[in-house]
Amino acid sequence: MTPGSGDEAILDISGLRVTFTGGPRPVRAVDGVDLKLWRGEVVALLGESGSGKSVTLRSILRLHPEKKTRIEGGIRVQDVDVLRLKGRALADFRGKRVSMIFQEPMLAMDPVYTVGRQITESIIKHENVSPDEARRRALTLFEQVRIPSPARRLDAYPHEMSGGMRQRAMIALALACNPQVLLADEPTTALDATVQVQILLLLRELQHQLGLSMIFVTHDISVGVEVADRIAVMYAGRIVEIGSVRDVIRSPRHPYTIGLMSTRPHGGRLLGNRLPAIPGSPPDLANLPPGCAFAPRCPHAGEVCGVSAPAPVEVSAGHWVRCVRTDLTAKA
Amino acid sequence: MSTAAEPLPAAAILRSPGYWVTVGRRFRRDPVAVIAALVVLALILMAVFAPWLAPHDPLQGMTLRRLKPPGTEGFPLGTDELGRDMLSRLIFGARISLFMGIVPVFVALAVGAAIGIVSGYAGGWTNTILMRTMDVFFAFPSVLLAVALAGALGPGIFNGMLALILVFIPPIARVAESVTTGVRTRDFVEAARASGAGALLIIRKHVLGNVLGPIFVYAMSLIAVSMILASGLSFLGLGVKPPQPDWGLMLNTLRTAMYSQPLLCALPGVMIFITSISFNIMTDGLRSAMDIKA
Amino acid sequence: MTSPLLEVRGLVKQFPVRKNLFGRATTFVSAVDGIDFDLFEGETLGVVGESGCGKSTTARLLMHLIEPTAGTIRFGGRTVGTAELPVKEFRRQVQMVFQDSYASLNPRLTVEESIAFGPTVHGVSQREANARALSLLERVGLDPRRFAGRFTHELSGGQRQRVNIARALALQPRILVLDEAVSALDKSVEAQVLNLLADLKEAFGLTYLFISHDLEVVRFMSTRVLVMYLGRVAELGPTEALYTGSRHPYTTALLGSLLSMDPDHRTAAPPITGDPPNPIDPPPGCRFHTRCAYAEGVCSARMPALLAGAADAAPHWVACHMHAPRSGHSKLKAGAAPETA
Repeated sequence: MTPGSGDEAILDISGLRVTFTGGPRPVRAVDGVDLKLWRGEVVALLGESGSGKSVTLRSILRLHPEKKTRIEGGIRVQDVDVLRLKGRALADFRGKRVSMIFQEPMLAMDPVYTVGRQITESIIKHENVSPDEARRRALTLFEQVRIPSPARRLDAYPHEMSGGMRQRAMIALALACNPQVLLADEPTTALDATVQVQILLLLRELQHQLGLSMIFVTHDISVGVEVADRIAVMYAGRIVEIGSVRDVIRSPRHPYTIGLMSTRPHGGRLLGNRLPAIPGSPPDLANLPPGCAFAPRCPHAGEVCGVSAPAPVEVSAGHWVRCVRTDLTAKA
Repeated sequence: MSTAAEPLPAAAILRSPGYWVTVGRRFRRDPVAVIAALVVLALILMAVFAPWLAPHDPLQGMTLRRLKPPGTEGFPLGTDELGRDMLSRLIFGARISLFMGIVPVFVALAVGAAIGIVSGYAGGWTNTILMRTMDVFFAFPSVLLAVALAGALGPGIFNGMLALILVFIPPIARVAESVTTGVRTRDFVEAARASGAGALLIIRKHVLGNVLGPIFVYAMSLIAVSMILASGLSFLGLGVKPPQPDWGLMLNTLRTAMYSQPLLCALPGVMIFITSISFNIMTDGLRSAMDIKA
Repeated sequence: MTSPLLEVRGLVKQFPVRKNLFGRATTFVSAVDGIDFDLFEGETLGVVGESGCGKSTTARLLMHLIEPTAGTIRFGGRTVGTAELPVKEFRRQVQMVFQDSYASLNPRLTVEESIAFGPTVHGVSQREANARALSLLERVGLDPRRFAGRFTHELSGGQRQRVNIARALALQPRILVLDEAVSALDKSVEAQVLNLLADLKEAFGLTYLFISHDLEVVRFMSTRVLVMYLGRVAELGPTEALYTGSRHPYTTALLGSLLSMDPDHRTAAPPITGDPPNPIDPPPGCRFHTRCAYAEGVCSARMPALLAGAADAAPHWVACHMHAPRSGHSKLKAGAAPETA
């Protein structure tokens, strides 16, 4: 799935398969994901729980327990073959080339150190600078993420900050070593609506300013629309639809995306109407049907859908859909 | 609102296997735990059928054949310092040792679990008073406490057992309390309260099923400790009295032969070791088998 | 409207935060700090607000799962917790569905046992309770043959929440408190459960208190909406009137935080900045004045009363000095009338 861009991809995921082997049965959480992230681009990875969106994201930093996970395929960040990295090189790669912000900063930060210390330590670990210089940079970062009275907040512990403030500190920590790629795993899901907007706008602004390339995992389409250039919709471990935000939102072609869009109680849908719901429940990854995983819930499913997993079809420039019946989903 | 009962035959309902059936199935998949459980079973059978299994009378000694090494004709595991057959004494010793390991723990389980569940569910002052009392006992090292209690009560199996029961009540109550406190705050207990159920009914229907398992597993892990403590008491002359065969006591009396027959001297210790490690491994297996998640 | 089914007056709940040496609390957090509202038969009252605003505490107070520090709840004209209406009797009338579908079902009980438990508490025979459980399962869209004998860990999130709804309905209540009941569900499943709730409401003539942080879902579900901020009611009015003509600046900001779903009209600036203040030490006067663009001296000096407009067809209450006549606020809105809630 390649949109037209002459530039070289900064992140290139090809044929990614992630299988968890820890349980009684192996579970394939990601089943053949291809994704190129261009320089300065934001891609929203959209999906429900179990769709494999977070697993894909975490694979880029190799955060899964090595012994219980089998990763196949390729992940390249420019010239770095991520799946080949070992020990020291992997530690250098994390945070310096690619860094990540999490849904719950309280769990991602160390509760016994001040936020400032965690940032300066990360800077000192990756770069050869003096503690004073590191502290100065941490202060600049705090100003960048607009934490009020930054000098004082550097000496605060994570639990002394409010949810929104912690998420800003988390962003500062992620940006500490000027990474080229920023991965965001549902960074606003745990936040209140009024705070979520602030964090989204901040991320959008920083991405613009610093020319960051970003993958933004979310389960909320509207969040994706707010920050992303492209949206990739995942279902049962595969990207079922990918395209520019406008294409995916205005003319979704995969029945699942169409279902997700119409299922939202939004604006015009008022009391008393029924919501058009997608029937059934998300699939059991340890027990996937052959062929298209969405077929059992799909209004357009036919015999052909149960045969083999559909290959991506380009419905318009850069807009790919994994569905064999795109003729039925085209807008009249 | 109508809830007219539709005729749905009970047999038509697909029933999942019960919790303990699932636990059993998961336990059987753990070969190490299964082997440990078989060892425990063998030990128990050995204790029960001791009179039929033992080749000699465990109390009948003969000064002529004192301290024969293992492998002696007619005495496969040798003889002790009074010339009694070691094999027979070890087989009979399982009776008292297992008894002293299992019975105190089960009595303490009944009492400790009751104390812990009540204080965990009630919370507040009840909890504070009960648990602080337990803490007083907890403050002493268990070995010291057992020795002191047994010493104060005087030697004998019954007093030794009483001492062990008193030693085990506080830790079991502690575990029961913390497990119950964890369950009490779960939403399903709230939902039961919201449906108007009283405390006793909630404890019976919603709390017990969720706390007894973990408490039981913890108590199982104490069986090995209890055996070792009981052996220790016997070793100090505070538990079983000679000439009764008990592994701890045997360890004590054979101590004199440490240099002449070290192998012989180690045998009761080996039995204690095998028993306690089997119990521990079995408990570990049970614990992970009980940890059923979605 | 007729007389309300449920009347809440001056409800306060303080939790101890810090205790002194003797276990006596010295610092309190007022999770709910004097709220009044009515719940009318057959309506769905949506409750929105950010974390820490007291929505869930309100739900638990209504269910009598925690004791209120002050205030009364009247059900059908009878005061709950007095001889007029004992708590156990009240509980049959009001049931709750929790957010966490997994934690709210006993993992050791089968689905059928979980649903049948409530009725047996109130004297229904086990046999009849089981029959009721099976028919309710059918009613919430789960085939009793397949699901009655299952344990909760074998079900998906959506199926578990259906079981929770069936469990709540087993007592044949008149009011259902839904505390973020669909928030943990995937979007594709959420719509199914919302539809189910709408059907059940109609079929059984239920009244809902629908608590959610999701403004879109609340708009879809509710006849009236109550907006909470730091333990107090900020605004309460008919859904469309409130969504299209919000009166409290906080409601306006909350609605302004909704994302547009339009890539060509993205949100340009956040409607308000900062986080909600710590409820342990709430600001004096109007709780919202620290984040409000229209705050003046009067806002930090006096707490605004909850008032409805004089010209309202259906009462639309707001606690804001801009809507209180003679409050002295310079941006006084027209149409405000001194009618206290």
